[in-house]
Amino acid sequence: MTATVEPEVGKARRRKEDARLITGRTRWTDNLALPGLVHMAILRSPMAHARITNIDASAARQMPGVLAVFTGADLADEQGSLPNAWPITEDMKAPTAPSIAVDKVNFAGEAVALVIARSAYEAADALESIDVDYDELPVVLDMAAAVADGADLVHEDLGTNSSATWIFDSGEAGTGGDVEQAISDAEVVVERTYRQQRLIPAFMEPRAVVVDPTGEQFTMWSATQIPHILRVMLAMTLSVPEHKVRVIAPDVGGGFGGKLQVTPEEVLTFLAARRLGKPVKYNETRSESLLSAHHGRDQIQKMTLSAKRDGTVTGLKVELLADMGAYLRLVTSGIPILGAFMFNAIYKFPAYRFVCTNVFTNKTPTDAYRGAGRPEATFAVERMMDELAVELGMDPMEVREKNWIKHEEFPFTTVAGLTYDSGNYEAATAKAKELFGYDALRAEQRERREKGDPVQLGIGISTFTEMCGLAPSRVLGSLSYGAGGWEHAAIRMLPTGKVEVVTGSSPHGQGHETAWSQIVADQLGVPFEDVEVLHGDTQSSHKGMDTYGSRSLTVGAMAVVQAADKVKAKAAKVAAHMLEASEDDVEFASGAFRVKGTGAEAKSVSIQDIALAVFAAHDLPDGVEPNLDSEATFDPENFSFPHGTHLCATEVDTETGRVEIRSYVCVDDIGKVINPLIVEGQVHGGLAQGIAQALFEEAVYDESGTLTTGTLADYLVPSAADLPTFVTDRTESPSTTNVLGVKGVGEAGTIASTPAVVNAVIDAVRHLGVSDIEMPCTPMRVWQAIRTGRPDAGGLGSEAGGGLGSIDTSGGTQ
Amino acid sequence: MRITVTVDGTKYTDEVEPRQLLVHYLRERLGKVGTVVGCDTSNCGACTVHLDGHSVKSCSVLAVQADGSEVTTIEGLARDGRLHPVQQAFHDNHALQCGFCTPGMIMQSIDLLADNPDPDEKAVREGLEGNLCRCTGYQNIVRAVRDAAGHMKGGAGPEAERVADASQPVGGGN
Amino acid sequence: MIPAAFDYVAPTTLDEAVRALAEAGEDGKVLAGGQSLLPVLRMRLAAPSKLIDLNKVAELRGVREDGDAIVIGAMTTHYDVLRDSLVAEHAALLAEATGTVADPQIRHRGTFGGSLAHADPAADLPAAATAMDAEMVIAGPGGRRTVPVGEFFVDFFTTALGPDEVLCEIRVPKRTGWHAHYEKFNRVAQAWPIVAVAATVRVDGGSIAEARVGLANMGPTPVRATGVEQALVGQPATAEAIKAAAEHAAEGTNPPADGNADAEFRQHLARVLTSRAVSAAVGA
Repeated sequence: MTATVEPEVGKARRRKEDARLITGRTRWTDNLALPGLVHMAILRSPMAHARITNIDASAARQMPGVLAVFTGADLADEQGSLPNAWPITEDMKAPTAPSIAVDKVNFAGEAVALVIARSAYEAADALESIDVDYDELPVVLDMAAAVADGADLVHEDLGTNSSATWIFDSGEAGTGGDVEQAISDAEVVVERTYRQQRLIPAFMEPRAVVVDPTGEQFTMWSATQIPHILRVMLAMTLSVPEHKVRVIAPDVGGGFGGKLQVTPEEVLTFLAARRLGKPVKYNETRSESLLSAHHGRDQIQKMTLSAKRDGTVTGLKVELLADMGAYLRLVTSGIPILGAFMFNAIYKFPAYRFVCTNVFTNKTPTDAYRGAGRPEATFAVERMMDELAVELGMDPMEVREKNWIKHEEFPFTTVAGLTYDSGNYEAATAKAKELFGYDALRAEQRERREKGDPVQLGIGISTFTEMCGLAPSRVLGSLSYGAGGWEHAAIRMLPTGKVEVVTGSSPHGQGHETAWSQIVADQLGVPFEDVEVLHGDTQSSHKGMDTYGSRSLTVGAMAVVQAADKVKAKAAKVAAHMLEASEDDVEFASGAFRVKGTGAEAKSVSIQDIALAVFAAHDLPDGVEPNLDSEATFDPENFSFPHGTHLCATEVDTETGRVEIRSYVCVDDIGKVINPLIVEGQVHGGLAQGIAQALFEEAVYDESGTLTTGTLADYLVPSAADLPTFVTDRTESPSTTNVLGVKGVGEAGTIASTPAVVNAVIDAVRHLGVSDIEMPCTPMRVWQAIRTGRPDAGGLGSEAGGGLGSIDTSGGTQ
Repeated sequence: MRITVTVDGTKYTDEVEPRQLLVHYLRERLGKVGTVVGCDTSNCGACTVHLDGHSVKSCSVLAVQADGSEVTTIEGLARDGRLHPVQQAFHDNHALQCGFCTPGMIMQSIDLLADNPDPDEKAVREGLEGNLCRCTGYQNIVRAVRDAAGHMKGGAGPEAERVADASQPVGGGN
Repeated sequence: MIPAAFDYVAPTTLDEAVRALAEAGEDGKVLAGGQSLLPVLRMRLAAPSKLIDLNKVAELRGVREDGDAIVIGAMTTHYDVLRDSLVAEHAALLAEATGTVADPQIRHRGTFGGSLAHADPAADLPAAATAMDAEMVIAGPGGRRTVPVGEFFVDFFTTALGPDEVLCEIRVPKRTGWHAHYEKFNRVAQAWPIVAVAATVRVDGGSIAEARVGLANMGPTPVRATGVEQALVGQPATAEAIKAAAEHAAEGTNPPADGNADAEFRQHLARVLTSRAVSAAVGA
């Protein structure tokens, strides 16, 4: 081995994961075939709110290949209630959450019957012959109406549609002043209400689950982000001993928070397999996924910002209504709370108050979707900074600069009580403006306005930050979350010097195998190729908190580093013995131990030599166990705070309302970078999802509570032809909270881009009297806003247009 | 019905139900699980394969309609232990993350390069409009396709699937 | 999702196909490219008992010349239409519209006749065929009949085809040397148009001598914008004149309302897009 090795960290390594994925040698859950495997299909309620008066499954039970049909009544005694891990207040109201409805359905898409058949085709056929009778109940859809007096109730037994109201007040918390005082004293007050439309995560791999009950343990394969949490929750929900459950997340095709869930389908497949004693597979259709897998966002945000005439902000009041949907899923209740600490963003608000009321409606439950609470917060505050700039006649960047935390002010404790460890907003902004050609675009904008060009140019800014690395366990505890925020890792030194890394992080597309290999290669001085990363199986990786909230690198990889430190500490004792030196006199560099000060040519023992010596165990120092393997559980001290400046130029066709993104520049500061290729990919994908919220996507319900965007023909996930090329760059202010200096990048693009795009759209047409357009900024909404100033043309309750949903098949399809 | 189909160079004869979708035949009967199903409405393109040399969405073709035809899937691209240039380019350009859309993306990319051996960015984006990806934002996919264009010959079907120059062996994921 | 079970036949001649359709009775369904039908079957929005697959009927594929018309076999795929030199020369509008249908995979499989017989008023080709004054040649147990495009589309997803009839070819009058443009307005590339305009005009000495304009998604059937056509004739091929004529585009239309557009917005778009389509066609 060479004495000096180029560090792996920072290299644009091509991914280890790719070889299988590009050749089709994949292990998606739906690929799994087991002897005797049978298939489950789910009949779902077409009603949003109704009592089930009768289910007749007699015909289905007689159909060929059908092994069993189960209704809610059949499973009521054993299904338990799906878990909610985040009671945000002591008096939070949480309904019982059955996996299959027993006597009442509360959203369209809820399971009402199961068929288990020899083949998926036979199961689908049998579903058709099950008759369910419903008594319709009044449907609750609108959040404001739901919390008004006398409203119809989603859950009558709760007596209210309000689940909880959670408040943070900087005056009461001692982190800042009294916001009401700030508002009443203000020279300028800006009030706006924004709507965060409901989105669907729309991961490409539909969810699938296989349960094999034939072994000593129940083995569940699931397309999940959280195999470890799932195992614990199954044990708690179904009264099955935890050690009798093994959960495997094989290849998982994206999640974006959408697979951060303990799903009804996982529970039901488990119950069916337990009843039948046979392995059972459930593979959802895309329509089922869009309809019943949890949704994201969906808030009404009432914002009040106070400021001085010179642009200095003095207070921020946020009043939210957050749509829970019909039930509280795993972290549904806490999603808006994750935004509570981010509305103040990078700005030095001296007073802040956040009040959120969580509301039940007869819709699909919401829960985590990429960013989870933070995109909502960032959107609202970044829109408000633009509105303040307009109010004061200032450039929107100037208003931001006036109020943001200066780089010399870090670490900075915010009005929300978080301590931002590092950052440099000036540097990221300067670089972004240069790449963007900010001044030239402003000049072109003026020109187009002056000549009344039908295509107007707009510039949108988003100077965002977020909190990553969920999370310090003590913080989670203070927020009443039901678990800690640590992560586990183990390193096994194999006799031949190869390395197995076990991680509790559970990747589903991020590239952990590559990144962890790079980190471990540097830590132990072994070749990148010699590292194997094991994950996603509670048998090989028994302990973990899984992957979400941009936590894998800041928490999971830190556990890996700590495990590597322990390996080296153990190896040092053996090395000293082999080098006939005192342990204090040996040092480790580039994969080998040497006596200090002896230079590169001196005798050394490599970590591989030590691994073999420990395996043989013939000559170890007294009291040293023949084992280098080590594990560590890392609990972060603080969050990390990536930030960045995103600039978007849009061209808005004032005749048709069409928005085209002309250029998009982002400069992100995510601290130290392990693999720039992976980072760039994360940013690109995040941008696409954030832009999609701004322009394309919305889960729409009609007045009866039917999801009208229930196929990918109606729920508009953009294609390559609908998105621009992004210019991405970075600045680097290492995090001071972890030794890797890393901050997290998984959600940055999504959080930052939505307000950048919408600010750009508004900026393009503001001179035409437009101050807001609801998302997604569809051509009709933009056109109507220009014509009438109305921001919300074609909103809630309208039908989706031009999809398969509109097909009437009575005609001559050919 | 009895059908005979050649898939990735191997001839199969099977009895199938008329309603069986080609993608289900590939996955369930032939074990070609590299080709996946991502939607119900033919929007996502994850199931794209080549049928007699042209890309199709195998969720919208019946297995019986493939009788007498040749099908190429993602599993039939690598030849003699070497990756197809488009596979190699996807790896080189980090054009995949979770990888679920990747088989369809690669199959469609090959088809588009067969029709247009040197596409500009716009042509690549339009040529992939029937394939959805939720991870990459498409930028690296576009880059990969243009990169691959430099490494392969034009021509649809088996012609396009011929490796034009040296590329990496399959496996050993580095 | 999985279709309900059905019987399947794949005749090799048109006569066999017509016979098979008659035998199948009411629950028989013709399968052309299947790119709309198969998703519909998978979603179980329809469950015919028998599919008569036309894919093996060779006589229904291809494009030929017949005097002052070109004749496109109903089973000619979009891909083949796009590559056909007769279409390019004599029916440029069809080529333009066909290039925007769905996506490349679907264009490999989907067929010209299938798209017309499906009669989705939001689809591209019905509007283009309308603007091209196409004639539908229909085969049934009693022989062949020809239906002008204006009578072929009856209502949403409903055509003049009888339950025992097959659309076998489409006669398209040659519009050699005419200018053409298909202006499609949708939210994402793959989506159906909110509104689309198929325009083709003949310019003679700098003035518009003849014009045909078809609109997609402006009513239960494709709409011929006759008011625009009349207003265009005799006008100079300039942006101003075209814009003035395009003001007639929404006359007599009864467009649908949905989440993407209300009727008023569609009518507005029809005017704007018609102006753009004609201008683009003539290069104004």
